[in-house]
Amino acid sequence: MNTAKIKEQPEVLEAVIIRFVGDSGDGMQLTGTQFSDTSAMFGNDIATFPNYPSEIRAPQGSLYGVSGFQVHIGSVEISTPGDEVDLLVAMNPAGLKTNLHAVKPGHTIIVDTDAFTKKNLEKAQYESNPLEDDSLENYRIIEVSMTSLTKEALKGVEGLDNKSITRSKNMFALGMVYWMYDRSTEHTEDFFNKKFKSKPHVIEANTRVLKAGYNYANTLELIPNSYTISPAKMSSGTYRIIMGNTATAWGFLAAAEKSGLELFLGSYPITPATDILHELVKHKHFGVKAFQAEDEIAGIASAIGASFAGDLAITTTSGPGLALKGEALGLAMMIELPLVVVNVQRGGPSTGLPTKTEQSDLLQAMYGRNGESPVIVIAASTPADCFDFAYQACKLALEHMTPVILLTDGYIANGSAPWKVKSVAEMPEIKNNLVIEVKENWHPYDRNEETLARNWAVPGTAGLEHRVGGLEKDKVTGNVSYVPENHEYMTNIRAEKVQRVQNYIPNIETEFAETGDLLVVGWGGTYGSLHTAVKQINEQGYKKIGLAHFNYINPLPKNTKEVLSRFKKVLVCELNNGQFSKVLSSNFSGIELLQFNKVQGLPFGNGELIQKFKQIVA
Amino acid sequence: METTVKKYTFKDFSSDQEVRWCPGCDDYVILRSMQKALPEMNVKKEDVVFISGIGCSSRFPYYMNTYGMHSIHGRAPGIASGVKLANPALSVWIITGDGDAMAIGGNHFIHVLRRNIDLNIVLFNNEIYGLTKGQFSPTSLVGQKTKSSPYGNTQPPFSPGELALGAQARFFARIGGNNPKEMSTIFVESHKFKGTSLIEVLQNCVIFNDGCFKNVTDKEVKEDQQIYLEHGKPMIFGKEKDKGLVLNGLKLEVVTIGENGITQEDLLVHNAKEEDPTLHQMLVRMKYPVATGIIRSFDDVTLEERMNDLTAQVKENSNFKKTDDLFFSGETYEVK
Ligand code: SF4
Repeated sequence: MNTAKIKEQPEVLEAVIIRFVGDSGDGMQLTGTQFSDTSAMFGNDIATFPNYPSEIRAPQGSLYGVSGFQVHIGSVEISTPGDEVDLLVAMNPAGLKTNLHAVKPGHTIIVDTDAFTKKNLEKAQYESNPLEDDSLENYRIIEVSMTSLTKEALKGVEGLDNKSITRSKNMFALGMVYWMYDRSTEHTEDFFNKKFKSKPHVIEANTRVLKAGYNYANTLELIPNSYTISPAKMSSGTYRIIMGNTATAWGFLAAAEKSGLELFLGSYPITPATDILHELVKHKHFGVKAFQAEDEIAGIASAIGASFAGDLAITTTSGPGLALKGEALGLAMMIELPLVVVNVQRGGPSTGLPTKTEQSDLLQAMYGRNGESPVIVIAASTPADCFDFAYQACKLALEHMTPVILLTDGYIANGSAPWKVKSVAEMPEIKNNLVIEVKENWHPYDRNEETLARNWAVPGTAGLEHRVGGLEKDKVTGNVSYVPENHEYMTNIRAEKVQRVQNYIPNIETEFAETGDLLVVGWGGTYGSLHTAVKQINEQGYKKIGLAHFNYINPLPKNTKEVLSRFKKVLVCELNNGQFSKVLSSNFSGIELLQFNKVQGLPFGNGELIQKFKQIVA
Repeated sequence: METTVKKYTFKDFSSDQEVRWCPGCDDYVILRSMQKALPEMNVKKEDVVFISGIGCSSRFPYYMNTYGMHSIHGRAPGIASGVKLANPALSVWIITGDGDAMAIGGNHFIHVLRRNIDLNIVLFNNEIYGLTKGQFSPTSLVGQKTKSSPYGNTQPPFSPGELALGAQARFFARIGGNNPKEMSTIFVESHKFKGTSLIEVLQNCVIFNDGCFKNVTDKEVKEDQQIYLEHGKPMIFGKEKDKGLVLNGLKLEVVTIGENGITQEDLLVHNAKEEDPTLHQMLVRMKYPVATGIIRSFDDVTLEERMNDLTAQVKENSNFKKTDDLFFSGETYEVK
C-alpha cells in the first residue's frame, strides 16, 4: 500500500506522450515497459517505441549511448507512439541533449540532477550546465537528486552493492511518473515479486525505491498537480501488449497449428528482423524447427527444401537479405512451392540505416528477381496486425502454392501495442494442396481449376515421385521443356495464378470519407500515422478527406481503381521516393497521383502530414 | 529401425527422361552405379530424394525415378538440409560438381560438412566447368589451358578432400569415375553412414578436360597408381600387391614388400573410424599412390539427432501444448 497523502482531484487528459531516456545501463526499456503495461492494464490504449543505441556497448554518458523508450497512452484511440512528448524523463545530460528537441514547448522535463556532473556534461558536449543557464527556460524543469534519494531510500537494506543501489534509480523515476499520472504501483510490485522470487532483498530494494519516488512526487511542491487518463473504449476481451516482430512470429505459430503442418524457419541474423528468429527458436514445444543458416541464401534454400518436403516454411530477413535471397525466391516461384518470406524493412540502400525505418523495399519485393516472376506481396500495418498478416501470408502461400513476401518495417516490428488475443479456433481455415494418394494419370503440375495452384506431392508419398527444378517445365508433365509456346503459356499461368488471388482477398475500404476532395493513400507500417492525421484533419472540419490504406499490394484489391476514382485528388504517402505510387500508376492509367514522400529513416510526423493535406485541399 | 522393403532393381530407379550427357562421359557410370546401389540400400523409392545445383552433374535428378530437385547454382546443400530436417526419414542425396560445390557454393559446402546432417554428397570432380563450355574451376591445375585461361590457369586449386576434412567432414571417400563396382559399394556405405558423407568421383569430362585423371584412373595404371583403402585392412597396392604404405616420421612412404626386410606386418592398417583426421588428411593429400575408397568414416552425433533430442526435452518440460496456451499466458489483461 502506498503511504501517500490523499491527493487532490487529478486533471483529466485524453492522451499523453512520455519518453524515458538515459544511459544504456539505466534500465529505460524496463521503466518504459512497466509504465506502458500498467497503463494498458488500467484500460488505456497504448503504443510504444524503443530507441536503442546502435552501438552494442557505448561508453557511459556518451551521446550515442543514449537509450530511450517512448509511451503514448490515451483514453482515446492511440495509433502511433506519437511525435512530440509531454514529459521527458532524462536520467543524464546526454539523454537531455539528444531528446530535448522532441519535448513540446512549455512541457515538463524531469532530470536527475546527480547525473549532471562535470564529467557527464563534458561527455554530453555541454559547454555549461543547462540546468544553470537559461537554455531550458521554455520548459518546466523538475530537478530531482534521484541518485541520492535512491541511496537514502535503500539505507538499511542488506546485501546490495553500490552499483545495484545506483541502478535502481530508474524505479524512483518510475514511481514519480506513476504519481503524476495517477497510476498505481501495484503491477510493478507484482512484477518484482515474480521476477526476483528467489532474491527477497532485491524485491525489497526495488519496491522501496519505487514507493520513495511515488511519495516524493506527492510531497514535492514542484509538481503542483497530477493528471489522469481514463480507460479507453476498447472492445471487450483478453488483451496483451505485443511487439510487431513477436506478433509476426506468433502468426506463424498459429498458421502452423491451424494447417496441421510443422513450422520450419530458415534464417540468418539481420537487424531488425532477428527478433522473429529469437522468438521462434523458443517454441520447440510446438515442434518448431528453427534453423540458423550460414547466410541469407542458405536460409531461404533450407526453407525451400523444407517446403518441398511438406513443412510450412518461412524465411525472415531485411532489405539487403532479400536481395541475397532473390535467386532462390525465383526458384521457389518457378517450382511453385509455398513459402513465406518476411522482409522487416529498414533504411536502405545497401547497409543504409539498419536501425531506422523505411518502406523502400516495395519494388524489390515486387520485381527484384530475374525473369517474369510475380509473387504475392502483402504488408502489415500495425504491431498487432503483424499477427494477422503473418497468418494470412501462410494461408495464401499454402492455398495458392506460391511464395508470399510479407513486408513489415522497423517501426511496427519494434513498436508495441495492445493485441486482442486471438484463439487459433477463431482464425480462418487454411487449406492446402497436398496430394496423399496416388491418382491415376497424376502430374505434378496438375492445377486447381479455380486458384491454378499446382499439386503438392511430398517425398515419402509412394507413387508420386517426380522432379522439379529451375528449368522451364512442360505444362502437363512437369518435365523440362524448351518449347517456346510452352514457356509463354507457363509464364502467363504463373502470373494468372497470382492475379487470381484477388478473388480471395478483401476489397479496399476507405475510412473517414467515401468520396470527396482528397484520398490519402498509404500502405504497410504508416497506417498509425496516416490514420491519426486524417482523423484529426476531419475533426478540424475538413470533412471530405478519406484514407485508403493498403495491405494487399500484389495483387491489389479488385476495387482499387474504383475507390481511387471517387476522390478529386489522390495523395500517396510513403516512406520512400514513390514506390507504391509507381505500382498504382503502372496498374491504372488516367488517375493523377500526388505524392508525399519522406526518406529520413523516420516515420511520418503528425504535423507534417496535416500541413500537407491542408496545402492540397486549400 | 530398418524394415525390409520391396526388392528393387536398377530399372525401378531409372526415369523416363532421355539422358543427355556427352557420349563417353563418366557421368553415365555414376548414374548407373547409383541406380544399382539403391536396391542394395533397403530404402523405399519414395523416401529417396536427389537435390542438385547447376552444372553437367546437376542434371542427375532428372534421370532418377525418385523425388528430386534441380535447384540453383551452389545451393543444393541448403535445400537438402531443409528437406532432411523437415523429414529425417528420407534418404537425401546432393549431386554437385567442383564449380557448384567449391566455387559458387563454397560457403554452403563447408557448413553442411561442419553440421553433420545425415546427407550424402556426390561430388563429380572433373576439374573444369563443363556446362558453360570449358572454363577453369576451383580444382583446375595451375597452368591448365582452358577457355578462360588460354595462357594457363594462374589460380592454385583446392583438393576437395583436404577442404572437406578441414571443414570437419566425418565421411570422405574418393573413387575413379571408371570404377562402377566400388562406386556402388561406396554409395551403399555412404547411405548407411549417419552423418554427412562426401564422395569425390574423379570424373573424366571427355569434351573439355579429357584425360585429366588418366595417369591415375586408366585401366593399365590404376592398380599401381591408386591405393583402394578398406577399413581394418593393411595399406597394400600395386598390380603385384607388393607395394604398401608406412609412416616415416611425419610422412607417408611407399615401400615394397620383400625389399629391405619389409613384410606385410610393417604396413599401416587403415582405420577409417579414427576421430583424429591427421592420417586421413595425409592420405587425402598423397599424390602417389592416390588414395581411393573410404578414407574417413568417423561416427558422430548428427545435427538432426541433437535437434530432436532438444525438442523432445523442451516438449516434455513445457506447459505449452497448443499455441493458445502461449497466447493467453503471462501478462494478459481483461477489458470488460
Ligand atoms: S561436358 Fe564434360 S562433364 Fe559435361 S556431359 Fe559432356 S563430357 Fe560430361
